[in-house]
Amino acid sequence: MNKRKLVIIGGGPAGLAAAMGAREAGVSDILILERDDRLGGILNQCIHNGFGLHTFKEELTGPEYASRFIDRVKEAGIEYRTGAMVTGLKPGDNGTVTVTVMGRRFGLEDITAGAVILAMGCRERSRGALNIPGYRPAGIYTAGTAQRFVNIEGRMPGKDVIILGSGDIGLIMARRMTLEGAKVHLVAELNPYSGGLKRNIAQCLNDFDIPLMLSHTVVDIKGRKRIESVTIAEVDEKSKPIPGSEKEYPCDTLLLSCGLIPENELTGMLGASINPVTGGPVVSESLMTDIQGVFACGNVLHVHDLVDYVSEEAAQAGKNAAAYLNGALRAEGKKHTLIAKNGVRYTVPASIDPGNMEDKQIVRFRVGKNYRGATVKVTCGDEVLSSVKRPVMAPGEMEQVILKKEVLTKLPEGADITFEIVE
Amino acid sequence: MSEIKEFVCIRCPLGCNVKAEVSEGEIVSITGNTCPRGAEYVTAELTAPMRTVTSIVTVDGGVRPVVSVKTASDIPKGEIMNCVKAIKESKVTAPITIGQVIVADVCGTGVDVIATDNCDAVQEG
Repeated sequence: MNKRKLVIIGGGPAGLAAAMGAREAGVSDILILERDDRLGGILNQCIHNGFGLHTFKEELTGPEYASRFIDRVKEAGIEYRTGAMVTGLKPGDNGTVTVTVMGRRFGLEDITAGAVILAMGCRERSRGALNIPGYRPAGIYTAGTAQRFVNIEGRMPGKDVIILGSGDIGLIMARRMTLEGAKVHLVAELNPYSGGLKRNIAQCLNDFDIPLMLSHTVVDIKGRKRIESVTIAEVDEKSKPIPGSEKEYPCDTLLLSCGLIPENELTGMLGASINPVTGGPVVSESLMTDIQGVFACGNVLHVHDLVDYVSEEAAQAGKNAAAYLNGALRAEGKKHTLIAKNGVRYTVPASIDPGNMEDKQIVRFRVGKNYRGATVKVTCGDEVLSSVKRPVMAPGEMEQVILKKEVLTKLPEGADITFEIVE
Repeated sequence: MSEIKEFVCIRCPLGCNVKAEVSEGEIVSITGNTCPRGAEYVTAELTAPMRTVTSIVTVDGGVRPVVSVKTASDIPKGEIMNCVKAIKESKVTAPITIGQVIVADVCGTGVDVIATDNCDAVQEG
């Protein structure tokens, strides 16, 4: 059986940065498994710019950002396999993990890994998951599928477009379809706010006079073979359509940008605990799941807003996996459980063992609604560990707090640490 | 008669809400920005808005049918559609490498359209 020290599942931004993180921390035997025919993941179809402002201090397009990491991985001589679909993960002997991988060039193979980094990313919420009533004609796509058609295959999915959901990919596709000659009539958003970045609303909608209809949703789809129209209604504060507010819009395409779901079928096979809020695995300060030697990073862990943070988190996961392989991570230490409440929806990590943390620990989270001038407060019992006022916080943007080791080591062992928003 | 114009600054992901007071075509004051780039952005939006344009170009003989491109720097906002048209009308042959000029001096803006991805040529046989 093929034995490897570290297997990384996914060759997108998370997998690539994790590989570099592990290599720089001294792991020589690394294998990246990527199901597509090239490395880079979803960045390859994100041809718009705005990537890398934090990492490279310049605005890059998705493929450019990916290529910088791909070049590094290739220069470092890290082994990777494309067209490699991982179909199974199970705990093996002596703390190893058995990775079952399949591909047309090498058939079906079991690989025994000393450690595994999950970097499978996420997928889009589909029509089936949204329960939109109406017919089921052709012409309904997730925004990311349309993005792949247009930017990779060079094919247009339609000419008269309605977009449901104002996630970033939907906003980006509103501009993209417009530039390619389609008429984008409107973007409907169920929530009273957009889940997308403000810059995308400004540059992708406002620049092209595409209306953003907040508190609106699709209540009917018409068309037998091809979609012919959608009916859009205003919704009340409980997201219920308001009778009498319906309006029918003719279209030949409906794009859905209604949220991303971490792709964790493999994680589930391992029996790792999943956080119901993020849809990603529950991880420690080392980004290790509750299965020994299995780490997670990037959008499979929790959906990120910026790829820069994915790269940063993934490099850390790679470094931690190296520490684990060297026996430098302890499993028996007392952990602080991180509690998310009052507007903080979740935290990554979910626990911190100060014995395993570095001098600084980044805790990432998202908030449940829009805040202005609210404070992110971190407490342990009566002690305030951090209290930082933020001018603006929005559900679409990830927040972070940095905890210092010198502070955490002084806390009572295993005491809960609470994260909350104080208005 | 002065007028308040509102903008969301797009120079960074923070997206500050910036207000500009404009009187007789002159900017009187700019508020709400957290850094100087906010003021720069609003001034540019009011006087000469600029954008980076990204699109795709058809590739002959490549492993993929299209390759992604961008303007090497910002071009006037009013030239976006002309720029996209110029890109659409051009055709390139594989191999293509990142940074390769696809359309030189697009629409007389002095800015080149460059490839943002690699595209290998299809191997014969």
